[in-house]
Amino acid sequence: MAVDTQEHAAEPAGRPRTGRRAGRERPGAGFELWSWLFMRVSGIVLLFLAVGHVLIMHVIDTGVSRVDFEFVALRWGSPFWRTWDWALLVLALVHGINGLRIVAQDYVRWPGVRFAVNMLFAVIGFSLFVLGTVIVFTFDPSDWPVT
Amino acid sequence: MAKRKSDIGTLYKGSPGQWSWLLHRITGVAIILFLFAHVVDTAVVGWGPDAYNRVVEVYHNWVVRLLELGLVAAVLYHAINGVKIMVFDFWPSSARRMKPISLAATLLFVGSMIPVTWLMGRDILNLALGWDL
Repeated sequence: MAVDTQEHAAEPAGRPRTGRRAGRERPGAGFELWSWLFMRVSGIVLLFLAVGHVLIMHVIDTGVSRVDFEFVALRWGSPFWRTWDWALLVLALVHGINGLRIVAQDYVRWPGVRFAVNMLFAVIGFSLFVLGTVIVFTFDPSDWPVT
Repeated sequence: MAKRKSDIGTLYKGSPGQWSWLLHRITGVAIILFLFAHVVDTAVVGWGPDAYNRVVEVYHNWVVRLLELGLVAAVLYHAINGVKIMVFDFWPSSARRMKPISLAATLLFVGSMIPVTWLMGRDILNLALGWDL
């Protein structure tokens, strides 16, 4: 499963290596092809979700200075922002953890250790997915009435 | 002739795009590591105003704000460079114009960081020096 250098070394001899090929080569088939495609499709969606989130929450107006419990309560009063935040949570986690898996392919050479590293990130990702999902969909500010 | 390292063609490495490859990787890892912490700090909102307001208090500090500016820069770089990667992937002939396209992506990143640095930097200076920009 791992992309090793052998595959690349076995490239057709006739193809000149001009150094002009941009980026990572598209995997031929199977899981790695779907992973490759997912990174690009989720990347396009995250371009709007993540960049929009960062600009709204961290840059415009007074940025994060204005963020407190009341701000979140008001914002999550709208199903639109709850959906946005949940979609961002899921896509960013899967995109990021798959990215870490690709990084681990390069730097963690021993398959057993690599498997353990990937499992660690997968477990962290799944736990945060559960935590975030529960909070986004069950948060109810009326549990804490203003006194 | 001995094989040079670049002849073996590992993932992304050793081509004209090596620096953007490296930056894409560093910013990506930085963002996902921050996201781990950020999901937890946001989840505290489910424990009520006292708990949540105490947590976001952490962000009302100029050193953390400086890191936040770095985070925004990382997200913008990763996003713009990601689009550049997709252009080369989906229109392979565009790789012949790799240099101008890379330059355009870099300019777009630097250009977008100018207003961002002003908007966020203003708050950082206000917090650090007690100014009122």
